[in-house]
Amino acid sequence: MRIAVLSGKGGTGKTMVSVNLSAATKKSTYIDCDVEEPNGHLFFKPVGINEEEVSVLIPEVDKEFCNGCKKCVDFCKFNALAYVKDSLIIFEDICHSCGGCVLLCPEKALTEKEKVIGMVQKGMSDQVEVFTGILNPGEPSGVPIINRLLDENKSENKPGNKSESEQMTFIDCPPGSACIVMESIKDADYCILVAEPTLFGVYNLNMVYELVTLFNKPVGVVLNKCLEGENPAEKFCLEKGINVLTRIPFDKELGLLNSNAEIAVRKSEKYRTIFTSLLDTVKKEVHHETAFNS
Amino acid sequence: MIIAVPVDEKNIKSRVCVSFGRTPYFLIYDTDSKEDKILDNSAAASAGGAGIKAAQLIADNKANILLTPRLGEKAADVLKAAKIAIYKTTNASAKENIDAFIAGKLSLLDEIHKGFHGHGG
Ligand code: SF4
Ligand code: SF4
Repeated sequence: MRIAVLSGKGGTGKTMVSVNLSAATKKSTYIDCDVEEPNGHLFFKPVGINEEEVSVLIPEVDKEFCNGCKKCVDFCKFNALAYVKDSLIIFEDICHSCGGCVLLCPEKALTEKEKVIGMVQKGMSDQVEVFTGILNPGEPSGVPIINRLLDENKSENKPGNKSESEQMTFIDCPPGSACIVMESIKDADYCILVAEPTLFGVYNLNMVYELVTLFNKPVGVVLNKCLEGENPAEKFCLEKGINVLTRIPFDKELGLLNSNAEIAVRKSEKYRTIFTSLLDTVKKEVHHETAFNS
Repeated sequence: MIIAVPVDEKNIKSRVCVSFGRTPYFLIYDTDSKEDKILDNSAAASAGGAGIKAAQLIADNKANILLTPRLGEKAADVLKAAKIAIYKTTNASAKENIDAFIAGKLSLLDEIHKGFHGHGG
């Protein structure tokens, strides 16, 4: 069962929710797909870390063969190539590794070379397997790292392996609604949206809500930082008929635990109860969906 | 000598465009023949790397000089490789800037802004 946790912007508590849900599950996998700013490992402090580099292929030119026809320059839709004063300039940090120019070059002057763009780390924190994706600064796209994270997780939970359906995986998605978020949720069985009780929060919520409905994913909302009085995010959910999974109150204890990079469910009975019951709700929702769709 | 200027409108009296990569047009002025022509900037609609493509365009049009209010670092790399000198425009029109350049009154553009994750220019 793969649960993606999303929010329209950073700072809503997306990582807090996904980390605590993973920790509330006895055995689970937590995947940090927020590759530009992975924070989950700060809470989990995983041990026995295994690192693997992730690289992509980018073009390299052999000047001997290049005749300056500029076909590659005109082709590259990312504008990663320029040809001036008899030489080809390749902007490696703009290239999206589509491989098109290499196929296209009539002189076979272009070949592919590997470029490291980041890495994935795996480690354990109690019973939680922690996967972290890290994108090197300045790289144009974290998508290859996300794909590696999700593929590794899939190959570990091969179908037929009887725990597959029970094994819980939580995907901490990058904030926003760009293509990297779509990659992160593509195999998810359920999406949890984390929202703040402000007007700006509603704006962000609406953005990710539209994204997940585009992908036809079943969805529920966690209202975070709830105060007494009106909650615009809750009102929005009511109007749109979106399922509210739980309300997490705004309080000092949780804030303090978070700022000390502690996992609330491992420290406090109160939060263990909140997240265990959220977990049950989510599981029920997913089973309901599966029953409904088959 | 050939001078390129990003412009908002299709004539030499136009204002200089605030963006290099995303300008709708380039004015190309030949100081020898005193003739000018307008190029459509095909880079303006690019999702990313507009500055690089725009720099390629003016290099292909044999410009030696670029007059612009600002410039991204990737575009600057291409222009440097193409040996195109870059001068900073003032608020005046393209024509007045060209005259000021010829009179030696414009200074080199020394401040290059960082691209916005490759989407700038
Ligand atoms: S397509 Fe090949 S030959 Fe043509 S400019 Fe590009 S690298 Fe050179
Ligand atoms: S591989 Fe694709 S993105 Fe990279 S330079 Fe070639 S055409 Fe452009």
